[in-house]
Amino acid sequence: QVEQVKLLDRFSTSNKSLTGTLYLTATHLLFIDSSQRETWILHHHIAAVEKLPLTTSGCPLVIQCKNFRIVHFVVPRERDCHDIYNSLLQLSRTAKYEELYAFSYNPKQNESEQVKGWQLIDLAEEYKRMGVPNDYWQLSDANRDYKICETYPRELYVPRTASKPIIVGSSKFRSKGRFPVLSYYHKNKEAAICRCSQPLSGFSARCLEDEHMLQAISKANPSNRYMYVMDTRPKLNAMANRAAGKGYENEDNYSNIRFQFVGIENIHVMRSSLQKLLEVSGTRGLSINDFLSGLESSGWLRHIKAVLDAAVFLAKAIAVESASVLVHCSDGWDRTSQVCSLGALLLDSYYRTIKGFMVLIEKDWISFGHKFSDRCCQLDGDPKEISPVFTQFLESVWNLTEQFPQAFEYNEAFLLQIHEHVHSCQFGNFLGNCQKEREELKLKERTYSLWPFLLAEQKKYQNPLYNPDFSPELTLLEPNTVSFNFKFWRNMYHQFDRSMHPRQSMFNLIMTTSEQNKQLEEDIKELEAKIKQRNRQSDVVLEKEQEQTAHPAPVALKSSPCFQKEQPPMPVNDTVRTIEGSNTADNRYSELVSEFSKAEPAVVSLEYGVARMTC
Amino acid sequence: MEFAELIKTPRADNVVLHRPFHMAVEGTLCLTGHHLIFSSRRHDNAEELWLLHSNIDSIDKRFVGSLGTIVIKCKDLRIIQLDIPGMEECLNIASSIEALSTLDSVTLMYPFFYRPMFELLEDGWSSFLLEQEFELLSSVTDEWRLSCVNKEFSVCPSYPPVVIVPKSIDDEALRKVALFRHGGRFPVLSYYHKKNGMAMMRSSQPLTGTNGRRCKEDEKLVNATLCSGRRGFVIDTRPLAVAQQARAKGGGFEQEVHYPQWRRIHKYIERFNILQESFIKLVEACNDQSHNMDRWLSKLEASNWLTHIKELLTAACLAAQCIDREGASVLVHGSEGTDSTLQVTSLAQIILDPRCRTIRGFEALIVREWLQAGHPFQQRCAQSAYSNSKQKWEAPVFLLFLECVWQIHRQFPCSFEFNEQFLIMLFEHSYASQFGTFLGNNESERAKLKLPQKTMSLWSWVNRPEELSRFQNPLYEANSLVIWPSVAPQSLQLWEGVFLRWNRPSRFLEEAEEERINIIKYNKELQARVNVLRRRLAELEAEEQPEQ
Repeated sequence: QVEQVKLLDRFSTSNKSLTGTLYLTATHLLFIDSSQRETWILHHHIAAVEKLPLTTSGCPLVIQCKNFRIVHFVVPRERDCHDIYNSLLQLSRTAKYEELYAFSYNPKQNESEQVKGWQLIDLAEEYKRMGVPNDYWQLSDANRDYKICETYPRELYVPRTASKPIIVGSSKFRSKGRFPVLSYYHKNKEAAICRCSQPLSGFSARCLEDEHMLQAISKANPSNRYMYVMDTRPKLNAMANRAAGKGYENEDNYSNIRFQFVGIENIHVMRSSLQKLLEVSGTRGLSINDFLSGLESSGWLRHIKAVLDAAVFLAKAIAVESASVLVHCSDGWDRTSQVCSLGALLLDSYYRTIKGFMVLIEKDWISFGHKFSDRCCQLDGDPKEISPVFTQFLESVWNLTEQFPQAFEYNEAFLLQIHEHVHSCQFGNFLGNCQKEREELKLKERTYSLWPFLLAEQKKYQNPLYNPDFSPELTLLEPNTVSFNFKFWRNMYHQFDRSMHPRQSMFNLIMTTSEQNKQLEEDIKELEAKIKQRNRQSDVVLEKEQEQTAHPAPVALKSSPCFQKEQPPMPVNDTVRTIEGSNTADNRYSELVSEFSKAEPAVVSLEYGVARMTC
Repeated sequence: MEFAELIKTPRADNVVLHRPFHMAVEGTLCLTGHHLIFSSRRHDNAEELWLLHSNIDSIDKRFVGSLGTIVIKCKDLRIIQLDIPGMEECLNIASSIEALSTLDSVTLMYPFFYRPMFELLEDGWSSFLLEQEFELLSSVTDEWRLSCVNKEFSVCPSYPPVVIVPKSIDDEALRKVALFRHGGRFPVLSYYHKKNGMAMMRSSQPLTGTNGRRCKEDEKLVNATLCSGRRGFVIDTRPLAVAQQARAKGGGFEQEVHYPQWRRIHKYIERFNILQESFIKLVEACNDQSHNMDRWLSKLEASNWLTHIKELLTAACLAAQCIDREGASVLVHGSEGTDSTLQVTSLAQIILDPRCRTIRGFEALIVREWLQAGHPFQQRCAQSAYSNSKQKWEAPVFLLFLECVWQIHRQFPCSFEFNEQFLIMLFEHSYASQFGTFLGNNESERAKLKLPQKTMSLWSWVNRPEELSRFQNPLYEANSLVIWPSVAPQSLQLWEGVFLRWNRPSRFLEEAEEERINIIKYNKELQARVNVLRRRLAELEAEEQPEQ
């Protein structure tokens, strides 16, 4: 516990600050300011801690979080600051899974609730919903004991004609044994999205089993014999991989395939892109042109567009051409997960529901071995493995919700909350890198699943504009991917910078109003029931009266002595329409004049302010 | 001149109309004196397009064999294409459109011919009189007076006949001050902040020249707005260097020695052709669908449009802050005081004054701070983003103002009585309209053209209940606070409703907006119903009680 700590506003240059007390708990860093407002920061959310050179007011400490919160403390005594710094470094770096918050987090659920929670999302059920197994696709037991591929789940769906030797042969020809398996099956078009890793083709190697595997996939589609093979990497990267004995499919060796590169950059490019983006958006006193050129040079929106373009290509191949598509990148767990899941989201409205989105993440991200632990740096590990691949997926979904405001059951808060928990390590879902690892950690017994908690508070995540009939089942969502449609996701990257948000939130207002509408509907039912009851009672006594009350309009007009008793209409908007930032100090322009106000009595220093302004 | 002379081919059949995101339609094209009319003439799904010639910004023609194609670019930024069979017809039509869309005489414009099909409920020409404004003012303060010194437009040709000035300054002094200010635009009251009695004045630059001329009356007038012991700020919308250069041409700025209670702040706001170029570049960038992300962002940046928005908002916030937070009076001017000055004073009022966020209040603001204040609409809005005339006086000054209002609106979506459509409508009418409101460059010209007698006012039409309903913001709840917008780049956005309006499918966004409105409407219905039921229940209870 350290007192008299100052929390600085990240964007204000006027050194406005809140003074309060800083506490360190086993799991959180807590700051309570003088007006008793609390700021909680989970240790696992801390991405970096930095001690800046000592200033006159104390020792500055900057904490960057994985949810893009940046807090700037000034600790009066250097020794305290040093202690906090060291503790945070230790607390935010975990060496073992068992030390993560999820293993100590206890939400007061009993065991059966815990088990039920984990059963909420059932992938077997999901494959059944898609329509497999069927005449063409079956469940394979090849990987039941993780013998063929450690990073795949146990249950895999493959074409019926793909025998075990073909599977085994193909897996040996694929990076990390990740052979082609079913990711999504489109009932109406009888076409499939399959996923795998890159083939170990080098410059000329072939594998008959792998060729058979692809043929089996194309034959499993009765409506179109041709299938697409999408390599989501830039062509140059794929070619470079050939030198390492990896590479891409040679169209001559595989019958009936159309090969396509789509050019999404690798995890390292994405990592540094995000870093640049954050550098730009975190600049104080940023000008429009620096912002736009920074946005451009970070390449972030270009990458988001590339991911979405690839998904559109995939979805169109299925919906328009009824062609099956095999998607891979290098290892088939980053870009492949992005493109497969977004493609399915465009094709199937189920994934645009709250539950469906959970299923989608469980399927294409968690079960197929997106390396959440490495990518989100859950344990202290190789910084080169960190990459915002999943964040990009969420951002792509957000872009879709912006273009189709009525197509999604969930809202932005849902995406942000998922992002929060991917990094929080509070729930077991995203721990580890693959299913095998999760089983070994016995996560289902020792931790809790996030999904039931989100579902329990789903009111918060519902999109009030959602229209379930927006698009008929299995019709394609066709986003416009012209560049100007992609916007900077302020609510993600500046979620905690209140001064940048609209002062009145239309979204919150619509949310509350829609919530209130439901309550009012209930009230009406209740009131009508009560009135009915009373009418029945008075029926006996006052027959005439009853006739009148049966017609609401005249009664309502009749002036009544009980008018004062009438409850006022619900207090609607007081809470909803609060206005933030009626304080000019929240804004940058204020700093121009604060120069003047500081120099209240002296005209001379006003002069100084003018001089600074005019230079 | 007869319009018929200009129309060589009044009608062409089998014309195909192409619009982005619409199916091509075949139909008949007709030219009249003021409109281009396209009609599909189909019984099942008749489509008609009426386009004012004055809305046409530029026109291109090309031929493939005998099939001619005319591309029409409009001032509201829409682009349409017409395929016209027959070389001669096409050439005739193109040249007619060209001639009709560039008529040089104001009196030939459509507003002089337009006959409204609606019943007149109020005459918009007299809806917003400065006298009414003054009445409101005099109920809270008696320090100001209405002056008719400019009755004949003789003191300042770009001012209205009546202006509000400090009570202590007589008309004789005003005449002298007018000689000391560019174009005779002496300081007048723009806004009075009731909360603390601070005033915002606007004027043009003082004509100090190189030898530092002064004018005692001007100093007195400017100081008359200060309470004793208080200070004021002069917000000069030019950078210091430009203000200094202006002295060589007879202009200048208030010297501190002569105006000791005033502090000057130079807050640069871009003007004229720089703005027009910026506008043209932005629209070019928005119209090219093929840009990759890097190109789009760099084009957006190169247009500088959002930078102008940010600078303008910052300046307006600064003025508002001086008044509301610093308790100081403010005088705003640039050079002429007809462009950036008005942007700043009107935006500051949007921030400070809740009344300006109502529909009528906003209309009054536009009349007061733009039309009567002498913003030269006819010059500035002669051409839009497709113009290649490159005239110095063309500039989207008013559009920039509207966009700034939109940016504030986005940050305070419940504080405005009007919606985005209202702002877009004003943008359209400022460039091409059937109404006379935006014709002429100032009140004096409007009087000479006899616009109030010969044309219909935009306000007469807008303020009819059936039109108003389209422009009302269902989320509106009067908010008496000063609203401080964020000017961080992350908080500002491209005004898609104007710049991407014709470039992307908007169906889903419109439907979502409708749904939002429905939720709000439904809420009101439900509340009303609950109240009725509660009342009934209470009555029933009351009736029962005596029995018990």
